[in-house]
Amino acid sequence: MEVEEHQLWGFLEKLYLNFGYDFRDYARASLKRRICHYLQLKKINSLHELWETIESNELALEQMIQEISVTVTEMFRDPTFFKSLNKHVIPRLKTYPFFKVWVAGCATGEEVYTIAIILKEAGLLERSIIYATDINQHSLKRASDGIFPIDSMKNYIANYQQYGGLGEFSQYYSAKYNAVMMNKDLSKNIVFAPHNLAVDHVFNEFELIICRNVLIYFNQNLQNKVINLFYQSLCDFGYLGLGSKESLLFTDKRKNFVEIDRKEKLFMKS
Amino acid sequence: MKSFRIILIGSSAGGLQAIMQILPELSKEYPIPIILVQHRAKEPKDLLEEVLQHKTKLKVKQADEKEKILPGHIYVAPPDYHLLIEQNETFSLSSDEPVQYSRPSIDVLFESAASVYGASLLAIILTGANQDGTQGLKAIKSKNGYTISQNPKEATFQLMPESAIASNTIDKVLNLNEIKQFLINLSNHV
Repeated sequence: MEVEEHQLWGFLEKLYLNFGYDFRDYARASLKRRICHYLQLKKINSLHELWETIESNELALEQMIQEISVTVTEMFRDPTFFKSLNKHVIPRLKTYPFFKVWVAGCATGEEVYTIAIILKEAGLLERSIIYATDINQHSLKRASDGIFPIDSMKNYIANYQQYGGLGEFSQYYSAKYNAVMMNKDLSKNIVFAPHNLAVDHVFNEFELIICRNVLIYFNQNLQNKVINLFYQSLCDFGYLGLGSKESLLFTDKRKNFVEIDRKEKLFMKS
Repeated sequence: MKSFRIILIGSSAGGLQAIMQILPELSKEYPIPIILVQHRAKEPKDLLEEVLQHKTKLKVKQADEKEKILPGHIYVAPPDYHLLIEQNETFSLSSDEPVQYSRPSIDVLFESAASVYGASLLAIILTGANQDGTQGLKAIKSKNGYTISQNPKEATFQLMPESAIASNTIDKVLNLNEIKQFLINLSNHV
């Protein structure tokens, strides 16, 4: 399936002008790959044909948006990051009677449950509210259901052990058939809500924001915009955790953050 | 002699030894950037970049997102991310699903590079025990790029080069020392 650059540009422009979905500042190479993948999946031959399909059919439009905006993650991905979080951030969170965490671009929620488990083991879950947001409503639904394929657990258990978890990972879910369901006590302080980092604004103030492997899908312009949004959403000395290959390099706010752990991409608003 | 602006290398099981036979004689001023996808474990402690750096005068570094691609470098795809190339010849990373059980995947790099570099792209597929790379080579051929496969007879694992050759996407099948010489000759013709 071949999609030319100018066709893709035109398609994204139309998508924004007609429906308000703004993918224009997404990193093109991976977005193009996803769209081509979608065309193949649906046996659609061109972007022109795709446009005709979605223009008059809201369901088809929704379906396409869900497919191209889906992101994948895992529990305790990069155990050393969460180790660092535990070491540097948890002690401060313990000093607050109450605090808020934002997991931005949470996809299907694996990192939301990761954070909930860390807070629970620190005895902080009752004092916190976790806001878990994503552009993709289908992913959010799966996140709030808290049901995950059992095949993934082996990897998550290994990650959890590398992280240095205090208990047995299996105590946090119950397994049935080919799936596991995360314990409800983990999610009772989690708020799952739609939020589009490309267009939506500040909605609360947070002591900690986690946004890992989301910025890599954005171009420099949108990265800058999102980091500014995080800056405005953090309390004074609030923490920001990014993915292992992400940085503040392309943002005008890089001087407004202190590196807490350079390797693990953990920052503090200063 | 063709003139290339980019060299892509895809390798899997047995790849490190193969790469170390190809690269050592390239000079510090080698005029074409080299990008390598070597299948690797996701543990950050593997020493792929360090090991390679000992064998070459070129600068070996893990590709960073948004980084500009420059000559004099061997860029290596980071563990647990796909590596892609944007139209403005910078890197992009993604953590989309593994392709052919692999992340980084050779197909993903090759496909994204095909539309950026067209006929000025050289892709080399080496030893490996899966079929990653074959789809990417098809994309490269459709854009008139040039493709080389390691001779499967000489490869530690045959499946990856065999799969590439079987899909009619390979311009030349060479032994490692011939690939080495091919790369050296390129620098005399840029």
